[in-house]
Amino acid sequence: MADIGHDAADYAPPAELEEVDLYHAKSWITKYVFSQDAKVIGIQYALTATAIGLVALVLSWLIRLQLGFPDTFNFIDAAGYYQFVTMHGMIMVVYLLTALFLGGFGNYLIPLMVGARDMVFPYVNMLSFWIYFLAVLVLVSSWFLPGGPTGAGWTLYPPQAIMQGTPGREWGIIMMLLSLALFIIGFTMGGLNYVVTILQARTRGMTLMRMPLTVWGIFVATILALLAFPALFVGAIMMLLDRVLGTSFFMPHIVELGEHLKYGGGSPILFQHLFWFFGHPEVYIVALPAFGIVSDLISTHARKNVFGYRMMVWALVAIGGLSFIVWAHHMYVSGMNPYFGFFFATTTLIIAIPTALKVYNWVLTLWKGNIRLTLPMLFSLGFIVTFVNGGITGLFLGNVVVDVPLSDTLFVVAHFHMVMGVAPIMVIFGAIYHWYPLMTGRMLHEGMGKFHFWITFLGAYLIYFPMHYLGFLGMPRRYFEMGETSFVPESAATLNEFITVTALIVGFAQMVFLFNLYWSRRNGIVAEKNPWHANSLEWQTPEMPPGHGNFGKELPVVYRWPYDYSVPGVEADFIPQNVPAGGTATGAE
Amino acid sequence: MSFFSELTAKPWLPEQATAGGLNVRALPPMNVGRTALKFFLGVASVLFFMLIVAYAGRMAFEDWRPGPTPWLLWQNTIMLILSSMALQWAHYSATSGDINGVRVGLFAAGAFTFGFLTGQVIAWQQLGTSGYFEATNPAIAFFYMITGLHVLHLAGGVVGWTAISSKVWSGARTAEVRESIALCTIYWHFLLVVWLVLFALLFSSDNLDVLLAICGIK
Repeated sequence: MADIGHDAADYAPPAELEEVDLYHAKSWITKYVFSQDAKVIGIQYALTATAIGLVALVLSWLIRLQLGFPDTFNFIDAAGYYQFVTMHGMIMVVYLLTALFLGGFGNYLIPLMVGARDMVFPYVNMLSFWIYFLAVLVLVSSWFLPGGPTGAGWTLYPPQAIMQGTPGREWGIIMMLLSLALFIIGFTMGGLNYVVTILQARTRGMTLMRMPLTVWGIFVATILALLAFPALFVGAIMMLLDRVLGTSFFMPHIVELGEHLKYGGGSPILFQHLFWFFGHPEVYIVALPAFGIVSDLISTHARKNVFGYRMMVWALVAIGGLSFIVWAHHMYVSGMNPYFGFFFATTTLIIAIPTALKVYNWVLTLWKGNIRLTLPMLFSLGFIVTFVNGGITGLFLGNVVVDVPLSDTLFVVAHFHMVMGVAPIMVIFGAIYHWYPLMTGRMLHEGMGKFHFWITFLGAYLIYFPMHYLGFLGMPRRYFEMGETSFVPESAATLNEFITVTALIVGFAQMVFLFNLYWSRRNGIVAEKNPWHANSLEWQTPEMPPGHGNFGKELPVVYRWPYDYSVPGVEADFIPQNVPAGGTATGAE
Repeated sequence: MSFFSELTAKPWLPEQATAGGLNVRALPPMNVGRTALKFFLGVASVLFFMLIVAYAGRMAFEDWRPGPTPWLLWQNTIMLILSSMALQWAHYSATSGDINGVRVGLFAAGAFTFGFLTGQVIAWQQLGTSGYFEATNPAIAFFYMITGLHVLHLAGGVVGWTAISSKVWSGARTAEVRESIALCTIYWHFLLVVWLVLFALLFSSDNLDVLLAICGIK
């Protein structure tokens, strides 16, 4: 890029926007517990999501222990196993990933990155977190109620989800549905905040196309979530009525234990449609913030502008739009009309185009960049590779003829763990290593971080690559034990043992990560201001960590996009967004 | 610049990477509320759309038995139309600075809404005690759920109406409540449109075959 020409006409008058009336906390309780500061709410979201995610991690160990060493552990029975599988899936997808990306990073980063003092509705924002917290409590309560949590599988398909023989039929399923309804109400409150803040509260000069891709990712994902969650809400309410009041929305005429039930006339397939109309956009609700964040991490740590910024934005929007017309590719084996399957296979494959465009652009951003192998960069590289691997198996599964034999095998489990489990989690880790200094003023420990990265990255491959082979062999998912089967050789059991041992080791590495978070809070190296030499506004605050109200007396004025790295003719290899031509930064004091 | 024309900006070009791209927007704070309302109504639209699709999908089944059509719902529909009109009157009065008109409009809107709510509850009771009632008949279950969610949606509006009314009766000037009344009016019109669609759907009995065929459901 040529030297950026500037002249006196570039002078921007100070912000004319009305200053927001900030709520100022008066006591410890209103400052840290019932806080209306988006940064505190973001951290509250992140800590709650991590805590419940830890439960889901332990559940995954229990699942793996049973699969690797069947008939060994007395404390795992079939009912318990189904409960572990169900709760692991639902917690990881909804209560960890969705809550952490949108509630956690969304709250912390949106106001800072767009140059606002806070979200536009701080009180509603606070309510959003506490309703989420209540949803988590309701979910956890199912462990302490008669029958335990539901074991219906995370997709909660009726009729089995509410029939005798499914664990948690008594209370677990009721609590699960209530908890989801609460989560959706809480999320809607938060989501309206994120969207309106991005659209209405940006500082002067922050045009849409000067927003960091992180904000774009969270923005599009939030719109997806606002439009997709109502489908799950409707499904949850209808199933709740079926279970509690005996309606028959989803329940057909059915015999249970030799007895005709009173149900009749409902359609189980209808639930699948409602569930997946939410469920597929949900994949992108998790993936789009990850796409956005990773673009910023790569650009900052390779000291180079994002390749094809505008295409990246459009691709986010295109993926978001397409994600609403692919849901039935989760239902190829539900007995649908073949033309229907053809349509959904086509749309599914089309979505690969904008997605591949993003992957190319990440790689081209790295091309000839001044790459620094910091921890955020390592995790970003890990993400790209993992996302490509997981995405390619998605192309297999998107085709009806390939999907039918692979459906409900471990191949599917391996696919979605790679693409929407490991890949987004890699970005979350990278983002935490990147923004931890901003949140705490200290760096995370580098050695522990490297250990964490390599064990997690290599471990994920050692776990999920073999799992694809098990799927090819026809090993079904969700089976408590295989028993005698002619098509699965002995060696599959050995492979399962290997996967289990690796999973436990990777789990241990996460403990090291959590210890690092705790330890560095007090003992980490004190971070200099803007330690990564980044351009976006969150690093340009007068104090680090940013104080209440984020910026100084005046809001910063934005003069450029956030990717002015290594600009030719400029001595420093970065120019923050609030630096005018030849001038000093605005809003930093 | 509009949202879509902004998307074509090229922020990396030297001529755009200067203050020239500053967006000079002095937004009145109430635009925040209006944007939030638009998105919220979007969420509510999806929710009711899902219910409608579920209902229509169920209608296509062989064993569909149309539900009863309590005549009281006609009266309730008129109530809701009147409440929407009353709010429109309040909105008109607020714009022209007539605080008495605002009071009349708000009061009438509240009264008609109360009439609608009472009417809905009576209709539920009538249906519950009639010979028609049968929990496993999907038409009846849908009837309760759809009208119930609509009443919940209305209850959300009543909260806003209460806040505005308490302001007006404690002596607020029209300029202070103009924007909130405008938002409240939009909310009520939305409620009415949703209700009319739901009403037509619930009362359509078996007459939607053509529509279902066009949508590829039947």
